[in-house]
Amino acid sequence: MQVFVESVGLLGPGLAGWLASRPVLAGEAPYVPGQVLLPPTDALPAVERRRTGLPVRLALNTGLDALGRSVRPPDTVATVFTSSGADGLVNHQICESLAGAERDVSPTRFHNSVHNAPAGYWSIALRSPAPSTSLSCFDWSFVAGLLEACAYCITEAQPVLLISYDLPYPEPLHAVRPITGTLGAALLLAPEATSDSFACIDIQTEPSARAPTRMDDPALEALRIGNPTGRALPVLRALTGPATGTLVVDYLNGGSVTVAVSPC
Amino acid sequence: MKPLTLSAFTLTTSLGVGLRAHLEALRAGRSGLAPCAFESVRLDTWVGQVPDEQLVPLPAKLAAFDCRNNRLAQLALVQDGFLETVAAARNRYGVDRIGLFLGTSTSGLLNTELAYRHRDARSGALPAGFDYAATHSGFSLARFVQAQLELKGPAAVVSTACSSSAKVFASAARMITSGLCDAAVIGGADSLCLTTLYGFASLGLLSSAPCRPFDGERAGISIGEGAGFAFLEPARAQEPAGTVRLLGVGESSDAHHMSTPHPEGAGARAAMQRALCSAGLAAQDIDYVNLHGTATRSNDAAEDQAVSDLFGTGIWCSSTKGATGHLLGASGIAEAVICALALREQFIPGSANTRRLDPGLRVRYLLDSAAQAPQRVMSNSFGFGGSNCSLVLGRVH
Repeated sequence: MQVFVESVGLLGPGLAGWLASRPVLAGEAPYVPGQVLLPPTDALPAVERRRTGLPVRLALNTGLDALGRSVRPPDTVATVFTSSGADGLVNHQICESLAGAERDVSPTRFHNSVHNAPAGYWSIALRSPAPSTSLSCFDWSFVAGLLEACAYCITEAQPVLLISYDLPYPEPLHAVRPITGTLGAALLLAPEATSDSFACIDIQTEPSARAPTRMDDPALEALRIGNPTGRALPVLRALTGPATGTLVVDYLNGGSVTVAVSPC
Repeated sequence: MKPLTLSAFTLTTSLGVGLRAHLEALRAGRSGLAPCAFESVRLDTWVGQVPDEQLVPLPAKLAAFDCRNNRLAQLALVQDGFLETVAAARNRYGVDRIGLFLGTSTSGLLNTELAYRHRDARSGALPAGFDYAATHSGFSLARFVQAQLELKGPAAVVSTACSSSAKVFASAARMITSGLCDAAVIGGADSLCLTTLYGFASLGLLSSAPCRPFDGERAGISIGEGAGFAFLEPARAQEPAGTVRLLGVGESSDAHHMSTPHPEGAGARAAMQRALCSAGLAAQDIDYVNLHGTATRSNDAAEDQAVSDLFGTGIWCSSTKGATGHLLGASGIAEAVICALALREQFIPGSANTRRLDPGLRVRYLLDSAAQAPQRVMSNSFGFGGSNCSLVLGRVH
């Protein structure tokens, strides 16, 4: 499956947007982990803005990092959101409340607990009626989202924005589902080369296991294996420069996905 | 889109286990709803619960996945020759070439809710043996079904609230068209849990009586549970009369509010229009619409407007949620299977529990199931976050 990359978004510890992160991923600047700044999205009405938690802010800011540099009208771009588990904090708060005597679940917490909450806020913020889906595929969520986004792009002959995001859960959930760091990655994909596309990616699934492409920096490698969205990092690194290369991302059942990146 | 054949399908809800039970119950206008006696829930509401005694532990080799949601999925999978269809398909296509796309909104969340009652007093830790990946995570359902069906193709869980298991039809169609797989198992499962019961109660959306879609006195939803599956493969030229096919899928976003539909049903209408377009059909080609019809005041009013704007007021419509309850993430597959049954068995399901139609609503609403000859039908699923999906299914002449 061949698609064309028009824009990239990235937010993570020490990764403050795609433009600032490019030299780091390319190995031209040192990686210095730091705070992830996740402001509420200005585009949301005030009431909705107050209701958003960190997962929604992470997903929206990452998506806007990519879409902000695109000439495409934001309300015409379909979206694929993917995350291992969306809002662990809200889930934790609801479970705590349900284990108590009162069993109070706030309406806002409840509607924020759905896995597609970021997609809902996204469509409200951008007034976008475009189709959107929200996937969950445990450690393989980024790859599942990439396959879904590419399939959408090709079969519908429409651009699509993939937004992958994962962040740590609070205890006691963290102990049973540890996730490293707060990380969002986005790819704006088009079905054919355009004046804005700068790379072509060709994706194949492989039933057999192949060694996944690693990050050279130990801290970035820890993100790659510790955060489901971290599986995007080798793909994003390959998009930093003009070189052609093929990389491997691990997938379900011991399989893998190869991503061939070339300039266009 | 190129039509896909539903070579097998099955459904388990509070109406019964498997297709025969559903056909009989729908024809007779029976409802599976009963006053809520689920777990320790103290809410004045009705639910469509699958009896606990039917949800037996999983086979030993799959015991790690044991939770109510996966038990429900297991109960559904072993009905209607579904396992046999998939086994034959494994030989025909190969295990790597069959995709798996399932919808759920809460997956095994009940397990976590129960585990939170048994946290360590000092550390707050969850009980030893609690397995998040296998029994709680959204993807737990797909991992379990993939293991049960011995499949190794692409897989994903779609979780878009109440449109989840309708949207899996779209994912599967795209994956097959783009060559990532040759065929797919699709479906979904959602089981009762405290988060959804108390959550919908907090929004004031739970009815204290059995839900009554499109009724003038409708007062909210009744939550149900269920699991359904279908096997999708490219349609062949010569298929027996009565074979059911997926003809079109349409998706849209409301861009309006997190938990309230667009008042004029703009997003719903866009999804229906796109589904018709995807099927290459016009509104007059559709014989019946299985409505999302949740029985909240605002949902039914918005959908009524969207359907009557697009189809006029002559087309037969009904919601089957008065029979099954609202299956949330499983409602898409449940209602698609009910539509497939209607096409195969040539009837249109009525609306259990609806007594007197809301005079303010305009669609031609069917109260009692009727023998009819539907050829092409639409099924609507609309969810929180403004996630809309409509399916068009048809039968081979």
